[in-house]
This record gives sequence, structure tokens and C-alpha cells, in this order.
Amino acid sequence: MKTERTTIVLHSGDMDKVYSALIIATGALSMGMEAAIYFTFWGLQRLQKGGLEKGPLSKMHMLGLGKWMIKQRMKKANVASLERLMNDFKELGGKVIACDMTMEIMGISRDDMREEWIDEYGAVGMYINEARKSTITLFI
Amino acid sequence: MAKMQVDVRGETCPIPLVEMRKALRKAAPGDVVEVIGTHPASRKEIPMAIEALELELVSIEGTDSDWTICIRR
Repeated sequence: MKTERTTIVLHSGDMDKVYSALIIATGALSMGMEAAIYFTFWGLQRLQKGGLEKGPLSKMHMLGLGKWMIKQRMKKANVASLERLMNDFKELGGKVIACDMTMEIMGISRDDMREEWIDEYGAVGMYINEARKSTITLFI
Repeated sequence: MAKMQVDVRGETCPIPLVEMRKALRKAAPGDVVEVIGTHPASRKEIPMAIEALELELVSIEGTDSDWTICIRR
């Protein structure tokens, strides 16, 4: 079986978009593909210690009220936490790439990051290298 | 040949698919993984995943919202 690959750029740090990225990526891994998520800009902040679940809602955040309401609905529907999805992503062999230029811009050091998740620190060349071998590539 | 059971009743997208894959990675060739779930979309998606993974769908039973799928690695 020839292994196909999915590469996702996660530019957004919004909670709902982080869900999209992790659900698609774990789905790809579950269906036999390789998968990588390239965390950049606002998305990179989700890799900071304590940052994964901190993103606002992309719409109707309403100073946190909207997010709180959606989280209640998600709990009722038994939707997995981002922490669980990230751990599943890693367990199934998913690759996490952190954008080092964003770290410089935002003044984030490696000590601030969940380093146990991060496979590589990279720049655009690494994304292109992954993406050119991918049958699915998304910018979220 | 061992038989493994994965209970994902009450779980929603993408957990049934993910737990199926995790179990299949732990199973030895020839082992059977039985997945029990209630998420309707997963009943359709798990057979798609089995085909993509080039594994054998042994059986699929039950309704859309209460199903059992057996897979041989």
C-alpha cells in the first residue's frame, strides 16, 4: 500500500478551527494516511503550555459567552477535548511542526512550548517539502 | 488469533475511527478487532477506512445507531 499524506497549515488559533484541523488530521491517520500539522501564527499559540484549549470562537465569541455555550453543547454531544485529539494525533504518528519565525515575532521560547508534542521547528521550506508529497493540503 | 474489543458507544466523530485505528495498530496480523458503537456516520466510515487500509471486513451488524463491526487485520 502506497502511503498518502495530508499536510495542514494551522494559521488560526480559534478553538473551532483547531478542532477542524485535529479532526481532519486524526481522520486521515485513521484511514491510513500520514499527516502533519504546521502550526503558525495564531495557531502556534495553541502549542504554548496551557494554550491548547484557550482559543476564542471564530464567530459569536461574545467575550467568552459564545465559547462557553458551545462548550456546553459539545460536552452534551460528548465531543472529545482538544487535549485528547492531540494525544491521539501523536499516538497515531502525526507530525507537529512549529513555525520558528512566529516564535521569534511573538517572543515565544521553546521553554514556553509543549515540547513533547513538537517533532520539528521549521520554516516555509519544510511546509513545501511536506506539501509537495501530499494529496491533501489545507490552510486553516 | 486474538480478538480485541473496542467499545465506542456514545462517542462521536472522530473517536470511533481513531479508536478503531489504535486497536488495529496494536493487533497482530490475523487478529480480529470488534468495534461496538452508536455514532451513525462511523458505521459508514469504518468500512471505508478498512478498505483504504486494505483489511478484511468480517461482519457488520445492527442498526445505524447501534452497530457492531468486525475487522480482521
